[in-house]
Amino acid sequence: MTVNLVLIIVIGVTFACGVTLLLERSLTRIVVGTLLLGNAVNLIFIVASGAPGRAPIVDESDPSPMSDPLPQAMVLTAIVITLGVAAFLLAMAYRSWQLQGHDEVQDDVEDRLIMRLADLDEASQSYEDTRGGEPDEEGTDTEEVQR
Amino acid sequence: MTTDSAMSFLIPLPVVLALLGAGVCLALGQNARVQRVISFTTLSIIVAVAGVLLWAADRHGPQVVYVGGWPARMGIVLVADRLSALLLLVSAIVTLCVLAYSVGQGIIEFGRDTPLSVFYPTYLVLSAGVSNAFLSGDLFNLYVGFEVLLAASYVLITLGGTGPRVRAGTTYVVVSVLSSMVFLIAIAGVYAATGTVNMADLAVKLQEVPEGVRVVLQLMLLTAFSIKAAVFPLSAWLPDSYPTAPAPVTAVFAGLLTKVGVYAIMRVQTLLFPDSPLSDLLLWAALLTMFIGILGAVAQSDIKRMLSFTLVSHIGYMVFGVAVASDLGLAGAIFYIVHHITIQTTLFLVTGLIEIRGGSTSLEHLGGLAKAAPVLALMFFLPAMNLSGIPPFSGFLGKVALVQAGVDRAGWLTYLVVGVSIVTSLLTLYAIAKTWNRAFWRPRTEEPDELTESVPSSGTKSGAPWGDTVAVTSVRSLPRAMVVPTLTLVSLGTALTFVAGPLFGITERAAEELRDRTPYIETVLDDGSSPGAQTVDDPGSDR
Repeated sequence: MTVNLVLIIVIGVTFACGVTLLLERSLTRIVVGTLLLGNAVNLIFIVASGAPGRAPIVDESDPSPMSDPLPQAMVLTAIVITLGVAAFLLAMAYRSWQLQGHDEVQDDVEDRLIMRLADLDEASQSYEDTRGGEPDEEGTDTEEVQR
Repeated sequence: MTTDSAMSFLIPLPVVLALLGAGVCLALGQNARVQRVISFTTLSIIVAVAGVLLWAADRHGPQVVYVGGWPARMGIVLVADRLSALLLLVSAIVTLCVLAYSVGQGIIEFGRDTPLSVFYPTYLVLSAGVSNAFLSGDLFNLYVGFEVLLAASYVLITLGGTGPRVRAGTTYVVVSVLSSMVFLIAIAGVYAATGTVNMADLAVKLQEVPEGVRVVLQLMLLTAFSIKAAVFPLSAWLPDSYPTAPAPVTAVFAGLLTKVGVYAIMRVQTLLFPDSPLSDLLLWAALLTMFIGILGAVAQSDIKRMLSFTLVSHIGYMVFGVAVASDLGLAGAIFYIVHHITIQTTLFLVTGLIEIRGGSTSLEHLGGLAKAAPVLALMFFLPAMNLSGIPPFSGFLGKVALVQAGVDRAGWLTYLVVGVSIVTSLLTLYAIAKTWNRAFWRPRTEEPDELTESVPSSGTKSGAPWGDTVAVTSVRSLPRAMVVPTLTLVSLGTALTFVAGPLFGITERAAEELRDRTPYIETVLDDGSSPGAQTVDDPGSDR
């Protein structure tokens, strides 16, 4: 099967842009990133369908030079799904902006909590007399945490 | 529609009925009572259909329907073999029980007549997506099934649109979208290499594809499914996003969504890539998933998060069974999936009840529940012991089968995974016992520890059942409408022990069928439709 080089280059560039945007903190950029990624994937389907041919209409044209219609059907489905998900993500970005005034993706609450505990633990190491604190099941020293 | 047997008209029903029910529910969004009746009826019919399908698949072999009457290689096929039908039945029963629970909760939170206009339709769409994924005999349709259930889950996980849920939902949606992209790329690759996405057809054609290409395709599919199934290096999203959702939503997600991923891994591994060179990789993934997941669970002080981590950890057992890929290994894995769907859902529902009774799910705030609510304690104790694999329960039986399969396979890596699986089981017991001791056995402390004042614990308080504002819900007695469905699931989970013999018989036959592959391939491909398939040139075969 022959492959269109231009198509491959376009896919590569679109993917690179999409991944870059996906790594941003702002949800709006992430939405744009997923859209770009989605389009790149759809182009991959066009590559997978092989060389372009005649319109795939039964009884209208000769079957042998027809384009393969199946990947086109799949791409259509994928486009619709991408559209729906993008709409949902945009709504979520807007809701996030409503709630917080920005649409940045935040860290997990527990992750921040663990980081904070770790910081507190480090700061308390200078005090020798806190070692009597009774550790609870998480292994964190209760007295140290209070400080 | 080709009808090879009388049953095949039943196969699309779990998908079609659920979507139809969702549509009607949405149209009648103003009337809560009608919504409830429709949802219940739909899901009850699906349970019945799934039961009949399981019987038919077990008695007469895989049941196939060619959607739209297209011949096998051209159109979409839905296939119900033993594995699909069994998982369909279990998931339908669990969905129904969770629906009953959420109806109870909805009535208690909002009153009898307030419509939850979004919840019921979305819930039915979720059920349709799960059924479609289980029944699909075609990779692209599997993708569509995944997308349907994911789209519904996006809505459910951000229900109410509160701050913590939007935060949790963001991670969840972005990760899911990414996994879908990987899946789509893999499908494009598969199509480019073989010219088909029909799984039975692929099972034949992939054998002619060069080894290197095959491994790449397999790796991509496994990556996509592992994200959905939360297999270790790709599992970090799960404990972040699940605990903030309402209790019934978390329960149904924990029970079903990850298992759909495991099902996809199992189907692809057995049907498309038998004797694959990647089973060692899967063993490593299983080992790390079990061990690192359970270490996370041990460290948690919130019940919902602890359970989310055990969920990740126990996915490892199923991946282990798939990696061993012997008859016993697969049978054990299927048995374990059935057990785990029931138990994990039950535990999350019970956690919802704990939140109502104790006002929180954080172990810092809870205490004395064994004396205050003995029924609740029993409802937690039974599935919790079941999860950690204490002998008479089904968790133990599943683990024994997996360990046995691992020992039979031999090899140092397998022995290592067997060892880790036993350690994981013990650590699960430890994590469960810790929760039990603090929430149920120790006397209730009057004042919350000062510890909780000094650290922001908004994540644990945010799990208010449905609403927007409640920080720490007041302590209430348990509503009967929520206890009854939970009790049903608890007794179902316990009953798995008593029906373990017949159930294991079915899973063993399912495993043999998976390993044999010919019944599936022959039923799908040669069903009187092969003349039709040959009249039109197969797309891609000329390239």
